[in-house]
Amino acid sequence: MQIFKDKLSIDFMGRRYIAVVFSAVLVVISVGALVTNGLNFGIDFTGGTLIEVGYPEAVDLEDVRTALSVSEFAQVQVQHFGSSRDVLVRIAPKTGQESAQLSEDVLAALREQTAGVEMRRVEFVGPQVGEELTEQGGLAMIYALIGILIYIMVRFQWRFAPGAVLALVHDVVIIVGIFALFQFDFDLTVLAALLAVIGYSLNDTIVVFDRIRENFRKMRKGTPVEIINTSINQTLARTLMTSLTTLLVLVSLFVFGGEVIHAFSRALILGVIVGTYSSIYVASTAALALGVSKADLMPAKKEDEEEGGASRA
Amino acid sequence: MNQYSIWRYLLLLAVLLVGVIYALPNLYGEDPALQISGTRSGTVDSSVAGTVAATLKTANIPVKSIESGESRLLIRFNNTEAQIKAVDFVKSVLGTDYVVALNLAPATPEWLSKVNALPMYLGLDLRGGVHFLLEVDMDAAVDLAIERYTGELRTILREAKIRYASIRAEGSGVRILFRSAADRDKAHDVIRKESPTLQLEDFDEGERIGLLASPNEQETRDIRQFALQQNILTLRNRVNELGVAEPVIQQQGTQRIVVQLPGVQDTAQAKRILGATATLEYRAVDIEHDVAQAVAGKVPAGSRLYRERSGEPVLLKKSVIATGDQIINARSGFDQQSGTPNVTVMLDAKGARSMLKFTKENVGKPMAVVFIENRTETKLVDGKPVKTSAKVEEVVSIATIRDVFSKRFQTTGLDSSSEAHELALILRSGALAAPIDIVEERTVGPSLGKDNIKQGFNSVLIGFVAVLLFMAVYYRIFGLVADLALALNLVLIVAILSMLQATLTLPGIAGIVLTVGMAVDANVLIFERIREELRNGNSPHASIQAGYEKAFSTIADANITTLIAAIVLLSYGTGPIKGFAVTLSIGIVTSMFTAIMGTRAVINLIYGGRRIKRLMI
Repeated sequence: MQIFKDKLSIDFMGRRYIAVVFSAVLVVISVGALVTNGLNFGIDFTGGTLIEVGYPEAVDLEDVRTALSVSEFAQVQVQHFGSSRDVLVRIAPKTGQESAQLSEDVLAALREQTAGVEMRRVEFVGPQVGEELTEQGGLAMIYALIGILIYIMVRFQWRFAPGAVLALVHDVVIIVGIFALFQFDFDLTVLAALLAVIGYSLNDTIVVFDRIRENFRKMRKGTPVEIINTSINQTLARTLMTSLTTLLVLVSLFVFGGEVIHAFSRALILGVIVGTYSSIYVASTAALALGVSKADLMPAKKEDEEEGGASRA
Repeated sequence: MNQYSIWRYLLLLAVLLVGVIYALPNLYGEDPALQISGTRSGTVDSSVAGTVAATLKTANIPVKSIESGESRLLIRFNNTEAQIKAVDFVKSVLGTDYVVALNLAPATPEWLSKVNALPMYLGLDLRGGVHFLLEVDMDAAVDLAIERYTGELRTILREAKIRYASIRAEGSGVRILFRSAADRDKAHDVIRKESPTLQLEDFDEGERIGLLASPNEQETRDIRQFALQQNILTLRNRVNELGVAEPVIQQQGTQRIVVQLPGVQDTAQAKRILGATATLEYRAVDIEHDVAQAVAGKVPAGSRLYRERSGEPVLLKKSVIATGDQIINARSGFDQQSGTPNVTVMLDAKGARSMLKFTKENVGKPMAVVFIENRTETKLVDGKPVKTSAKVEEVVSIATIRDVFSKRFQTTGLDSSSEAHELALILRSGALAAPIDIVEERTVGPSLGKDNIKQGFNSVLIGFVAVLLFMAVYYRIFGLVADLALALNLVLIVAILSMLQATLTLPGIAGIVLTVGMAVDANVLIFERIREELRNGNSPHASIQAGYEKAFSTIADANITTLIAAIVLLSYGTGPIKGFAVTLSIGIVTSMFTAIMGTRAVINLIYGGRRIKRLMI
């Protein structure tokens, strides 16, 4: 079975300015959402207490709030989690309050109202631990990007590296922007997902770059724009196929993996979609803008050939 | 054309075989079980097994099997209900001499455990349990130490009859003011001799002649390290009492302690016990009155009846000589004269003073150490197990006072060095440690753990089947071959995780799911390349050859960069992320192997060495 025609020739690079505008708009919206809304950070980063409880029957959130208001807990957020029987209670960090005691008190208050409330999960993160996790998370992201930058510089050519990294930053900013825009929960697993997206999106980009390099060496005729276009067309079937299989498993994870893993799979699904787009448009466009040419990609050993290539380009 | 040498097939078969064997234990699941081990005086032997078996029989609880291992007993049940029901009965029968812990014992057949093939270790989010990150308040630890030094210096100066105007703890040191420089010089000599870990610094403020004594760098480090270790020891004791099968208590960094209690159901109890305080009291033994009469009910006024660990009754005076929070340190070692095991105890100034006063008048008389702890016990009331909270007071040591002493003294005449070690441990655990705070808690209830396993498993299965179908439809024969490789990949990931005994968490499962999706990427790259070669008019054999060859460097580049991201994730180190990174990294490596070498081998088997007109791709 084949979905794509044997020889595709879509003029991707001809439309690259549209893509640039499109990406720019997405990035601006994302940054805007980040600045105005901010991220809905989970307790992993802000610190605080999270309690997931299971009710024997469907429960109204108002009732839960009433039960909790009696005991006067500060800044309580209550929401359903997955089903109308499961409730998530979130409490902002408060200095001088013993965490262990707090979750017990909440459970006791809920049980007083409805017997048979079951503790499913308690998470408490102290403010200091939250700060550390945020800091480490940011550092991890930067280290990953630097590591990748170096690898591509060594393996390909410096003009490719900024393109690849730009594509990754583009992906991360847009995903984070979407999380800010819709106020999705941003917890530690989302951070892990972002790092996985970096790996995934890069995977795609590398495949395209690899083909561009190969074609620059192989194709005697053709401008960089044409060569990049051909390369993207040749790898398009693979890019979309892999994105599709990955999306298949991620959707499976999102639907069947349970509520705890939702934020994680959501981030990855977004990441695969944005990553696929960026490896086609952003990375290659950036490489082109930085002036990749045949000369840059000829094997360094054959010096005379490289010179010939340069004069032709 | 396209034939693989025999050794490559052998290698593949070997990997397949090893993979299957080590992945196999995961299919057998786990039995709910009780793990019984002895505490101080209890030893696990066949009589215990007999008692337990009889108890469970009368309580009408079905047992799957009872196994005795090295100093422990493992009782397997068919279901969790039986296990939960049994635990209270067994606890009430065995009493406090045994630790009865809930456990999930792998039901691995013997031939597999013989080759060390064990199932993956399930993380707390999958099996339920408590994870605590505790932080020792180091400032408080240092403050406490300075307080102790202040008292100590006060005693030292007084004993040496050196006059001082004032002495108080200030910041990170003890500030002493003298009336004359001569006094200060004398103080220097005495302090150097008595407390060599203090560094001394003179200062003069107008009329005043001052001395600042602060712990030196080494000592400050020791104070911190000691505070941490002491808390770890205390926590260990407490956790033992909780009855947890495989607890983890570990130092993390310089001032944190990780406590993981898998399978703990009653988290409230866990928190209570971890936070409970134990205390110690030194008391005089009442030798004027008869113990037997006291046991009969005639306890003399001013005394109380206690019991030793062996159960022996002993009569102690009500007035306390010293308490646990006055113990600065207790170390086990050997007596220099007799060479027998001993414990050296150091008291703070207050404790030293009252100890001096007491020992002056009581040389030759016995003195006892009482260990006091709040504990939950399970007792049978009307045939039903009931949990009660009880204050447990035990006499852990009785020794005769040989000489007058105050600050430093030895307890000798202990039977073995392990007994000495245990006594030192108890003495220290009773001492007031630097306070600890829970800075992170992650508790997963048993029901959520079960849901997580089920949902995790389902999502892997459904995602896996979806990808299998998709590949088979899209690439036909080649797709089926890729499916085989994908299955092998899954087996290998599970096998490696089991071999490493890595902890499988829910994010770890997510990593496996993601790997399943991405692992076919290598095959997609190869197959698309083969199609391309075919379109360019190459022969089927040449196309296969070229497809694999040309795709290789791309696959390698793509996977190495993903691996870089995965390794950064690994070093990021926090629980949930680490689990994901581990499976992702393993998946990347195994998928390279199965997708390239594995599929090539099968395709060569199908197409190799014969003429073919067209490929089913």
